Amino acid sequence: MIDPQTTAALTAAFPAIGWSEFRGDTRAVVSRDELFAALQLLRDQRGFDLLVDITCVDYLNYRDAEDRFGLVYLLANTRTNERIAVRAFLNEPDLVVPSAVPLWAGANWLEREVWDMFGIRFEGHPDLRRILLPDEFVAFPLRKDYPLQGRGERHNFPVLQRDEG
Amino acid sequence: MAVELPENVVVSKLDELASWCRKNSLWPMPFATACCGIELMATGASRHDLARFGAEVFRFSPRQCDLMIVAGRVVMKMLPVLQRIWQQMHEPKWCISMGACASTGGVFDTYSVVQGIDRFLPVDMYVPGCPPRPEQLIQAIIDLQDKIQREGTIGGREFATRSRQQAPHALLELPVITLPRGVSHFPQGVRVND
Repeated sequence: MIDPQTTAALTAAFPAIGWSEFRGDTRAVVSRDELFAALQLLRDQRGFDLLVDITCVDYLNYRDAEDRFGLVYLLANTRTNERIAVRAFLNEPDLVVPSAVPLWAGANWLEREVWDMFGIRFEGHPDLRRILLPDEFVAFPLRKDYPLQGRGERHNFPVLQRDEG
Repeated sequence: MAVELPENVVVSKLDELASWCRKNSLWPMPFATACCGIELMATGASRHDLARFGAEVFRFSPRQCDLMIVAGRVVMKMLPVLQRIWQQMHEPKWCISMGACASTGGVFDTYSVVQGIDRFLPVDMYVPGCPPRPEQLIQAIIDLQDKIQREGTIGGREFATRSRQQAPHALLELPVITLPRGVSHFPQGVRVND
């Protein structure tokens, strides 16, 4: 459910925006350059005060997909119960987007997780480190071209023998 | 020459006496990371009553324990912690790998889950099950007690001779990641293809 004024305000500010709807959920597709401004508009003018989630989809080998990565922001307005999904598509090697931490402090760990799993850099993030995987990890395992069983990372440990315990 | 002993004196070997003491006062270290940990708690609780076998005192400090029960899957970020805890435990010490995940990785054959802690640690007993019933864990502890009684020596000589199980050959042939220059993956180095 979304207020028509929200869609009208976004369309007026960003004419190139794409809209779609699925089972009552409204989704907007913006370009990477307009992403931060669109999020800022939603927060400041339309009252989207809650950042529900930031996640990413790898569309490698996906049917009819033109872009590699889809970055998804799920926003909610806690006063009117409006919800919206804002998406931006990214392609290698230019996997950089502006960080949303200035808008919602909760974006901090969400962006770190997207960086950890997909390798998308968030420009202006105060502390862009891996959050789940060990710091020494060198790959981005939620990308579709990463093998399920890894590249030997889980074997790279010293082996403790009984007598050296 | 027959020596008359009073009825309340028993003659034994010192090794067996030490093993008898050790096996009946195991102090488990609950390394519980997943659902097996719930069964581990049930084992220690009143219904199954691990106290019957002298192993009811769970301690959360490795320095007070001599039996590590690894209950649940171990991810690669956790394995250095597990190894550190194992090294902090005093000898004599034993290890039970509880459940399918700790023993083999279980269904989690993914990049981040260690495929059996026995690749990197010495394990004395494996408990199958997903998760195992408390009776199974108790059986493993009873079997471990038998093992301690059979093999134990007061000086811990049996620990010097035993070593880790060899990993299956197919696993040794898995490709090992090659790192870019200047990046140290794990400072201890790669030992899997030794």
